[in-house]
Amino acid sequence: MTDISMPQSQTQSRTQSAAGKIALRWLLYVLLGLFALYYLMPLFVMLTTSLKSLEEIRTGSLISLPREVSFDAWNTAWSGACTGIQCEGLRPYFWNSVLIAVPAVAISTLLGALNGYVVAQWRFKGANIIFSLMLFGCFIPFQVVLLPMARLLGIMGIAGTIPGLIFVHVIYGLGFTTLFFRNYYVTIPAELTKAARVDGAGFMRIFWSIFLPLSLPIIVVTVIWQFTQIWNDFLFGVSFSQAGTQPVTVALNNIVNSTTGVKEYNVDMAAAIIAGLPTLLVYVVAGKYFIRGLTAGSVKG
Amino acid sequence: MKRFVFATASTLAVVAGTSVLAEPQAEVLHWWTSGGEAKSVAVLQEEFAANGGSWTDMPVAGGGGDAAMTALRARVLSGNAPTAVQLKGPAIQEWYEEGVLADISSVAEAEGWAEVLPASIAGHMMCEGVWCAAPVNVHRVDWIWANADVLAANGIEMPTTWDEFNAAATKLMDAGVIPLAHGGQAWQDATVFEAVVLGIGGPEFYQKALVDLDPEALTSDTMVQVFDQMRMMRGYVDENFSGRDWNLATAMVMNGEAAFQIMGDWAKGEFLAAGKKPGEDFLCASTPGDGYLYNVDSFAMFDVDGDDKKAGQDLLAKLIVAPNFQKVFNLNKGSIPARTDVALDDFDICANLSAEDMGSTSAAGSLLPSYAHGMALRGSQSGAITDVVTAHFNSEMSSADAVQQLADAVANSY
Amino acid sequence: MSEWLENHLPKVVLAPSFIAVLIFVYGFIGWTAWVSLTRSKLLPKYEIKGFIQYERLFDSPRWDTAINNLYIFGALFIVIAMALGLLLAILLDQKIRVEGAIRTIYLYPMALSMIVTGTAWKWILNPGLGIESMVQGWGFTNFEFDWLVNPDYAIYTIVMAAIWQSSGFVMALFLAGLRSVDGEIIKAAQVDGIPTWRIYTAIIIPSMAPIFLSAFIVLAHLAIKSFDLVIALTGGGPGYATDLPATYMYAMAFSRGDIGQAASSAMIMMLVVFAIVVPYLYSELRAKND
Repeated sequence: MTDISMPQSQTQSRTQSAAGKIALRWLLYVLLGLFALYYLMPLFVMLTTSLKSLEEIRTGSLISLPREVSFDAWNTAWSGACTGIQCEGLRPYFWNSVLIAVPAVAISTLLGALNGYVVAQWRFKGANIIFSLMLFGCFIPFQVVLLPMARLLGIMGIAGTIPGLIFVHVIYGLGFTTLFFRNYYVTIPAELTKAARVDGAGFMRIFWSIFLPLSLPIIVVTVIWQFTQIWNDFLFGVSFSQAGTQPVTVALNNIVNSTTGVKEYNVDMAAAIIAGLPTLLVYVVAGKYFIRGLTAGSVKG
Repeated sequence: MKRFVFATASTLAVVAGTSVLAEPQAEVLHWWTSGGEAKSVAVLQEEFAANGGSWTDMPVAGGGGDAAMTALRARVLSGNAPTAVQLKGPAIQEWYEEGVLADISSVAEAEGWAEVLPASIAGHMMCEGVWCAAPVNVHRVDWIWANADVLAANGIEMPTTWDEFNAAATKLMDAGVIPLAHGGQAWQDATVFEAVVLGIGGPEFYQKALVDLDPEALTSDTMVQVFDQMRMMRGYVDENFSGRDWNLATAMVMNGEAAFQIMGDWAKGEFLAAGKKPGEDFLCASTPGDGYLYNVDSFAMFDVDGDDKKAGQDLLAKLIVAPNFQKVFNLNKGSIPARTDVALDDFDICANLSAEDMGSTSAAGSLLPSYAHGMALRGSQSGAITDVVTAHFNSEMSSADAVQQLADAVANSY
Repeated sequence: MSEWLENHLPKVVLAPSFIAVLIFVYGFIGWTAWVSLTRSKLLPKYEIKGFIQYERLFDSPRWDTAINNLYIFGALFIVIAMALGLLLAILLDQKIRVEGAIRTIYLYPMALSMIVTGTAWKWILNPGLGIESMVQGWGFTNFEFDWLVNPDYAIYTIVMAAIWQSSGFVMALFLAGLRSVDGEIIKAAQVDGIPTWRIYTAIIIPSMAPIFLSAFIVLAHLAIKSFDLVIALTGGGPGYATDLPATYMYAMAFSRGDIGQAASSAMIMMLVVFAIVVPYLYSELRAKND
C-alpha cells in the first residue's frame, strides 16, 4: 500500500535524519536502560542482602546497601548450610541436577526438532490434530500428574532414580519443544523440501543437512526454555527423588523454607543465586548464538 | 493399593535378603532443615549410628511439612515408602487407615511409653488400639511474647485477660508503639485465632468448637465474641502486616517497634539467636485464659519389608522416646520433652513454665491439641476453618457473617 | 520394505512422542476425571460417588476467588508480557552495541528460583520496607504504593512479578523470530522508502504469526501453572485474595488430604483452558493449512 506520499516522506526523512537519528538513538538507549533497571531491581536486593550480616538484616533496612560486605553467606550456602542432617550446603546436590538436566534437555530438544520437522514439513492426514493434541498437553497441571505418575514409575521400576526423573522431564517437555520447532520450521518454504526430494534426498538426510543447520536460533530458545524448566523444577524433583537423587532445588528449598527455624536471609539469597548460576551461564553462552542465527537466516535468504 | 505396595515391597525384600546380618537401616523423611533443627535431628542420627544403625537422610522442608507430605504420597504410591516419616496429629490415623503404617507396640510396651507420656499426647500416637507413632517434643502454641523494656516504659504488666490485653494495646497505640507484631499469613492468623478461642471461650468451648466441630458451638454467641476480638486484634497490628514472615514479626518485638507477639515457642529460638535473655529482654507467658495448646512432632514408621529396615524402625522408635534424646533435642529446638520424667534443670524459664503448665492442664483436662498446627482436625476441616478466619481477618467481614461462613465451611469440608 | 519405511518414516518418528502424550497426558486426565467423582481423601480411591466434589467446589467462596483471579491475572499477564516482549525484541534488534549484556539482563529472572526471588519482590513491594518507604524518604510523603497488602490490588503485584519473570523469554522468542525474517524483503522495503514502523507493522510482525502462537502457549501455560510465585510473594494472601486455581488445587491435594476435591478443581481448570486455547489453536492451525 505504498502510495503517492512516498517520495514526500522520503525527502522528509533525509532532511531530518542527521539530528533525528541521534535523538532516536539516545531515546532507544534510555528506554533499554530503564527496562534494565526494572529487571535488575530484585537482583540488587538479593545481592546486597547476601552480602550483609544477619545482624545488619535484622536491624537495618532490607533494601539498602550493606554497611560491611561479607562473603560468609556465600560460603555457607555453597558448602555449609544445613539441608537436613548434613550441613554441606548446595554442593552435593549440584551434580544430581546436572545428571538430570543435561540428558533431559538433549533428548527432549532432539525429539522436539524431529517432531516439529514432521509436523511442519511432512504433513500427512491428521498431523495437525496430533500436533494440537500434543500442544494441549502443555497445559496439564503438574500437580495432577504427580500421583498417577508416581505409580507408573513404580511399575516401571524407576521410581526415585535419576533415569526416572529424566523420563518425566522429557515427557512433559515434548509439547513445548515440538511447538517451538514446528513454529520455526513452518516459516521455511516447503519448496526447499520439495527440491531436495527431487534431488533424491531422503527424510533424515533433509533434516540433518538442511533443517538442522538452519535451526540455531530456535535450538537456543528451546534449550534455554527446557534447561530453565528442568533445572528450576521443584515439584517433580521433590516427588520422584529419594535420598541421594534429590536435585539442587530441593536442597535450596530445604535451606530457604524451614518454618520454625531461625531464618538466615543472607544465606537464602546467596543460595538462590548460586542455584541459578548454571542457568545464567546457559543464557550467556547460548545468547551468543542469536547473532549466529542472524547469519544463518541471511544465508537462507 | 495395598496389594501394590506389598508387591513392590516384596521385591525389595529379595534384594535386602542377601545381607545376612540385619544391620538396622532407616531412610528418614523429615522437614527439619534449618540450622538449629538440623542439629537437633543430628543428635538422633548419632545415637542411631552408635547403636549400629545406618541412617539415610531424606529432608524436604516447606509449608510446615506440606512439601514433605507431597513427596510422601508419591513415594507410597510408587511402592517405595521411606522407613520413618515425620508425621503428626490426625494425619497419623489417616495414614494408618490407608493401611500403610507399621505397628510399633512391641517397642512402646517394652519401653513403657504409656507411663511416661501425658494421656492426651499418648492418644495421638495410637491407631485403633496399637502404637503407631513416637512423639519427639511438645511445642506450646498459645504463647504471648513481649519486649520487657517496652512494657516497663509504658507501665504495662503481662496481660492475664483479653480485656487487660485490649487496655494495654490502647495504651501502647497512644504511645506510638505497635501493640501486636503479626504476620498476615493464613497459619499465623489461625494461631492468633485459636488462642482467642481458648481465652474467650475457655477449654471446654475450645474442645467443642475446634476439636469436636459441634455446630452449636461454632454458631454460638461466644464464637461471635471471638470474631469481635479478632476484629480488635486487626486494629492492633500495623498496616504492613500482610504476608510478613513470623520471624520478622518477632524481630519487631525484639527491636521495640512492637510490644507483643502471639506465636508458638519456636519464636524463642529467634530471640535467643539474637542474644536476648528470657525474663530480662523478652517475656514469655501463656495467652490470656486457661488451658494449653500443644503441637507435638512425632515420627511414624511405614510398613516396609526387610529385617534390617524393621530393626531400624524399632531402634529408631526406642531412641526417639528415650530420655537422652528427648532432652538434647528439645534444648536445641526450644520445645519441651514429650515424656514427663525428664529433668528440666538445664532448660530456661519459658520451657519450665511450659512443662509446669502441661502437667497442671493435663490433670485438669485442659491440655488441648492446636487446630492451627494440624493437631486437632483432619486437613480438609482445619483448612476450611482457616479459610474463614483469614478471610475475616483480612477484610471488613462482620462477626455474624464470619460465624455463618464458618458453619458452612465446616459442613462443606467432610 | 525400505520404500515403505521411507514413506512412513515421518509417522514412525512422531509415533513414540504421540503415544507418550496419549498415556501421560490424556490417560492422566482421564484418571483425574475418574478420581474427581470419588471421595478420595489422603490417597486416591476408585469407588464412584457422583458429583459431590463439584458441588463442594462450587459452594466454596475460596474457589470463586481463585477462578476470578485466574481471569484477571491470565489476561493481564499474557497481554502485557507479550507486548513488552515484542517491544524489547524490536528495540534490541536495532544493532545495539551491548546487546549481549542487555539481553542477559532481560532474561535472567527466568534463571532464578521464584522461591527466593519472591522474597525479594515481597520486600520491594512491602509499603513499610520497599518502594513506598523509599520514595517517601525522598520527601514525597504522599506517595502510596500498598498494593501488596491491599486485598483488592494484591493480585496486580503478582502480575508485575510474573511479567518480570517471563517477559524476557518472550523477548528471546521474538528475537529469534525477527532474526529469521528474510533480510532481502526488508532491504527492498527500505529502498522503497517505506517508514520503519510500517515495515514492522505490515511486513515483519505478520510474518511472525507462528512465534505469537508459541509465545501465547508459553505464557498461558505459565499463567495457569503459576504456583511458586504466589506461594513466595503473597502465600495466597491477604486472606485468600490472591489464590489461583493451581494453589487451590495443591492446597487441597497435598496440605489438606482432599484429593477428590483437588481432582474436581483440576477438571474445571482444564475445562477453562480448553475453552480458551482450543478456539485459538483452531484458528491458528486452520490458517496455516490454507
